[in-house]
Amino acid sequence: MADEEDIVLSELNDEELVQQMHDDLYDGLADEVVEGTEILLSRGWTPYDTLTKALVEGMRIVGIDFRDGILFVPEVLMAANSMKSGMGILRPLLVETGAPKMGKIVIGTVKGDIHDIGKNLVGMMMEGAGFEVVDLGINIDVDKYLAALEEHEPDILGMSALLTTTMPYMKVVIDTMKEKGIRNDYIVLVGGAPLNEAFAENVGADAYCRDAAVAVETAKEWMSRRQSSALAAT
Amino acid sequence: MDVATTELSTGCDLDKGRAGIMRPLLIIACGALAREVGWVIKANGIDGVDLTCLPAELHNYPDRITPEMADKIDANTDKYERIVALYADCGTGGTLDAMLATKNVERIGGPHCYAFYSGEDAFEMMHEDELGTLYLTDYLVRFFDRLIIKGLGIDRHPELRDAYFGNYKRLMYLAQTEDNSLVEKAKDAAATLGLEYAYRFTGYGGLGDFIVEQAKKGHEDADGNNRLLA
Repeated sequence: MADEEDIVLSELNDEELVQQMHDDLYDGLADEVVEGTEILLSRGWTPYDTLTKALVEGMRIVGIDFRDGILFVPEVLMAANSMKSGMGILRPLLVETGAPKMGKIVIGTVKGDIHDIGKNLVGMMMEGAGFEVVDLGINIDVDKYLAALEEHEPDILGMSALLTTTMPYMKVVIDTMKEKGIRNDYIVLVGGAPLNEAFAENVGADAYCRDAAVAVETAKEWMSRRQSSALAAT
Repeated sequence: MDVATTELSTGCDLDKGRAGIMRPLLIIACGALAREVGWVIKANGIDGVDLTCLPAELHNYPDRITPEMADKIDANTDKYERIVALYADCGTGGTLDAMLATKNVERIGGPHCYAFYSGEDAFEMMHEDELGTLYLTDYLVRFFDRLIIKGLGIDRHPELRDAYFGNYKRLMYLAQTEDNSLVEKAKDAAATLGLEYAYRFTGYGGLGDFIVEQAKKGHEDADGNNRLLA
């Protein structure tokens, strides 16, 4: 990536700065990403454009290289931390300026499982893509999931698990949703290292998401389908 | 004895089978179990069992376990009368079992090695007692720096420690052997990760039972005589 020693971010034009921010994000340089974010805002960029063109696009590149085996988990986490720093500045501004909303997701790691790296990445990327994210945290039992669905009325329920021993709990949640007659009110996405598409199908989820980028694309696709169905029904 | 184990990080290809000369039993194990398998075989005087391993580093890459195990089985099918897998599910999400079923290869039970060392019920109780427990075996203590600190990039990015282990409360050393130097290393590992330290001696647990049982079955299948010397 670029040699940061020689680069003064404020002297770059917008295009160069955005490109540099992609590089800095890739390299996990949080301070530089924050500085770049502040510069773009000071130049009159909207929070939404800054988020999507600089941060989300940068993370999209990170996601591709992760999938291709060029980057590994530590590098992805460093990049995510950098994006998180940039989003810390943008989040309140996005609320003020009313950025477009794609939908709402309630997300959590299932009961018995405390692993949240993947869930946090998905939450951050969803937020970056314009979804309102309600993060329930870790070790979430069925009652908490259902209470959150009732309280927040999301479009999507996202469940995560890292352990072979905890992933079957997703079926408990989905079966309970079926029993209560609310399963089809939500798009249910599942993810986590030991999961696969067959598992997602077996437990009755709508889709398995192998990584955060796929989760965003899948969520958008299912939201679009849902809206098409709603239109067709009117 | 046919098996000798060494400290191996990328596998332990000690299988002696050759095409045309079928040997009784091959154990395909996780590289993290090589030393322990060797001790069980030696302690029980088991003969006629060969061992080959997948890299212990797959601990951090569970999606590679099933295809690499399949390749290993295929490479040895014509050399052995029986092959067994000394692998837990290890985060493969059931794909390992599904593949093994198609190849008629039995594996030790359990979701991970912590469970078959300590016993599934005992492990479940430990897990329920404190969900936020990081478990280390002898192998993981011995190679903690390489597998955990370097393997997860904490040496390069110390700030990632809390991203990985922020939800953990304690480190439980499940000891297969009574070794004070490993106890000290495990305590250091807990301190490095900022976790409380706990210790439980498990011995070889279900691993030992599985190997002895499989060796016995192999010999009984082969000639009706149990050649176990234990």
